Amino acid sequence: MFSFESLVDLPLIWFGLIATAIFLYILLDGFDLGVGILFPFAPTDRCRDRMMNSIAPFWDGNETWLILGGGGMLAAFPLAFVVLMPALYIPIIVMLLGLIFRGVAFEFRFKDTGKYRRIWDYAFHFGSLLTALMQGVIIGAIVQGIEVEGRNYAGGAFDWLNAYSIMTGVAVVFGYALLGGTWLVVKTDGETQTWARKSASYAIGFVALFLAAVSISMPIMNPEIRSLWFSLPNFFFLLPIPAASLIMLIVIWRDLHTEREIRPFLLSFGVFLTGYLGIAISMWPYIVPFKITFRQAAAAPESQSLLLIGTAIMLPLILLYVGYCYYLFRGKASHESSY
Amino acid sequence: MFENLDPTFLARIQFAFIISFHILFPAFTIGLASWLAMLEWRWLKTGNQVYADVYRMWVKIFAVTFGMGVVSGVVMPFQFGTNWSRFVDAGSNVIGPLLGYEVLTAFFLEASFLGVMLFGWNRVSPKMHFASTIIVAVGTLISAFWILSANSWMQTPQGFRVGQDDLLYPTSWLEIIFNPSFPFRFVHMVTAAYLTTAFTVAGIGAYYLWRQRHVQHARVMFGMAMIMAIFVAPMQGLFGDLHGLNTLEHQPAKVAAMEGLWETKRGAPLALFGLPDQEAETTKFALEIPKLSSLILTHDLDGEVKGLKEWSPDERPPVALVFWAFRLMVGIGVLMIATGVLAIILYIRKRLFDTRWFQVWCMALTPAGFLAVLAGWFVTEVGRQPWIVYNLMRTSDATSPVMGTSIAISLTAFVIVYIFVFGAGSYYILKLIGKGPEGEPQAYGDHGVDKPPIVTDMAGEKGGQNV
Ligand code: HDD
Ligand code: HEM
Ligand code: HEM
Repeated sequence: MFSFESLVDLPLIWFGLIATAIFLYILLDGFDLGVGILFPFAPTDRCRDRMMNSIAPFWDGNETWLILGGGGMLAAFPLAFVVLMPALYIPIIVMLLGLIFRGVAFEFRFKDTGKYRRIWDYAFHFGSLLTALMQGVIIGAIVQGIEVEGRNYAGGAFDWLNAYSIMTGVAVVFGYALLGGTWLVVKTDGETQTWARKSASYAIGFVALFLAAVSISMPIMNPEIRSLWFSLPNFFFLLPIPAASLIMLIVIWRDLHTEREIRPFLLSFGVFLTGYLGIAISMWPYIVPFKITFRQAAAAPESQSLLLIGTAIMLPLILLYVGYCYYLFRGKASHESSY
Repeated sequence: MFENLDPTFLARIQFAFIISFHILFPAFTIGLASWLAMLEWRWLKTGNQVYADVYRMWVKIFAVTFGMGVVSGVVMPFQFGTNWSRFVDAGSNVIGPLLGYEVLTAFFLEASFLGVMLFGWNRVSPKMHFASTIIVAVGTLISAFWILSANSWMQTPQGFRVGQDDLLYPTSWLEIIFNPSFPFRFVHMVTAAYLTTAFTVAGIGAYYLWRQRHVQHARVMFGMAMIMAIFVAPMQGLFGDLHGLNTLEHQPAKVAAMEGLWETKRGAPLALFGLPDQEAETTKFALEIPKLSSLILTHDLDGEVKGLKEWSPDERPPVALVFWAFRLMVGIGVLMIATGVLAIILYIRKRLFDTRWFQVWCMALTPAGFLAVLAGWFVTEVGRQPWIVYNLMRTSDATSPVMGTSIAISLTAFVIVYIFVFGAGSYYILKLIGKGPEGEPQAYGDHGVDKPPIVTDMAGEKGGQNV
């Protein structure tokens, strides 16, 4: 049996890969879900058609990153998968149901008119909303820590539910709305774009508020995190993260009120990156906070090695052809469905 | 309210329900993707517009089915963790990389190029479009490769060792991936998907012929489907037979359940029908053909076939379900082979496209493939019981520490949601079929487009390109 155990730090590489996959998922499905969150607030049906078309060729690929994150965790850190899935049973199931509703809406919506089309408009909206909310709740539940005994989840069915996780849930909804709004600024023009600029500016205020709330509450809740962020010299090394976030939010806000189209979208990615990094640093080195580190959860080196070969070959290829698809469908979206 | 429900039992029902729903879509999309590639190739080669029309009609049905396949599939890997976490804990060193490879080599490919296939008409050259269709088709096959490898390993595990911590560790990837039942299962499943598609297409083609609508297009559908029935249906029977022999070698208890055979016998008979009774350990009212079972399974009239009593009662699968599901699958297989034979006869007599009773026959067989696929999987999976990994790990040792109540509620939610959502999907598919590959303007009317997109006036809206 081959294994690269002696050559490289396998668990660390995999931790990086899974974290990247999940982050890419958050960004890519984030704007995609964000469009769904903003959907019913659009001024006209024509706008809604354009919004839908702007993501129709991409949504499936975007969702695949979730499967890579989940499937990758199953393969590379099975213990984490095994503990987290039962712990988060209910929010995960609800998220999946949300994904079902919004996923089928892409196909069903254009096949119907009038009253029935409305059903799928709402399926798309509430499906996206529920998915985003549950993802935020899941993050909130994870950062508060998970009960573990031996190799099993040891808490109850509703441990994930509290005011804090609801708050992170709502935070993610607004965060995705920001991504969705800035995406629409890139992909539409005219009336739709004007409206998208307004919605994104609206979302930005909430994003700033929630980022502040999370940044303040995490150190208060957990002494370890407090000492990590507020001891010297850490404080100065870590300060750039919230600072960058703040600056980017201000720039996005200003860009939204000018003619700029692409920069707000890219900077929203930046805001998410800082938030993600902040959480990742606070959680380090745990994969199931604060019980199981990523090293303890790692799969056998042989298994991680085999999958690493595949990833090294396939991931660049995937990025290449995913990039090709985004390039192929560049430009403004139309309100017409084209097949 | 659900406290006294057994979580293992509920988890099994839930998993069975969700995966049974899921497999209906791959069974159709795997075959349809390959067929669409074939149609597009014919079109590029002959320039015959009929092929393009048929493609355009079916690609819409494909899109709806594929969408439902994706959303029901996304649920699946999570189900492993939510329902079978202890199985994942013990087995993921072996099975995890296979699922990982499926995502890396198949899912991204399918998802990305599906976008090009559906929305790329006026953005890429016809060659590139054709390439996208092929890539999607190949993607579905790669996906089947990995997931069936994982499943087959659970049926016939090898290439691993059990560590001191009771977890499984891989010792040979080649042995794991190409485990003994995998080649049979892969071939049998892929041909099953092709047949499922062929008989669906045949049924709809027959319906148009019967109603004298879209006759040109219907002949293409019906004709191509009949070619599949003629050649692939008998092959499926042959592969199934080989698969059964392989199962006899590795999972003899499953074969005994398929045959409803309790006593170990030389010259065992083949039961056509009967009522297996698990308690009384016999198959009642059996209608038997002497010695045929021995002949099929050992290729010897007096060969010995093991009966279920060789295993203690807690190592036997539920017999009745396996027994009946097997008969349903093989029965449908026989009907499919018969369809092929009839098609040859009618073709020689130049009546293939206008024999009305044959059209009705084919319409009746439209859902046959789906039934056979489900039945086949029930044989395979229920026949494996009580093991989740054959002879290694029991299903009852595999469950997650999730309360019965949670599972019962989520199961109810899934049932309601699936019936609603996939009911609507079926309705839209029927609508598309009702509309048929009609002349261009109407066909695009339901998309809010008056003209086919290739000639859509893109100057109409500022910057408005078709995305
Ligand atoms: C023989 C084929 C086969 C079988 C047995 C299964 N699947 Fe499947 N699955 C496919 C063949 C397929 C496919 C053809 O690749 C699909 C169907 C439609 C589609 O979009 O891809 C798919 C979709 C699909 C997706 C969505 C992929 C995407 O986003 O594009 C996931 C995550 C899974 N499946 C996972 C599973 C799991 C965990 C299974 C077993 C427990 C399983 N499938 C059984
Ligand atoms: C796609 C077609 C499939 C169908 C229709 C199907 C059907 C079923 C059914 C009916 C059961 C319940 C059996 C029982 O408890 O009596 C089951 C169990 C199970 N199947 Fe499948 N199955 C399919 C494919 C797969 C694949 C590809 C895998 C894994 C790679 C898989 C893994 C499992 C597991 C883990 C269980 C639960 C444990 C058990 O009951 O043995 N199945 N399946
Ligand atoms: C005509 C005669 C047929 C025979 C003798 C046959 C034989 C078999 C056997 C023995 C199995 C169980 C394998 C195992 O798990 O050990 C099986 C499974 C299966 N069969 Fe068939 N089969 C036939 C026709 C069909 C048809 C027509 C279809 C569908 C169109 C089909 C679809 C399946 C599927 C999906 C499975 C489960 C997956 C697998 O194990 O490959 N079969 N078949």
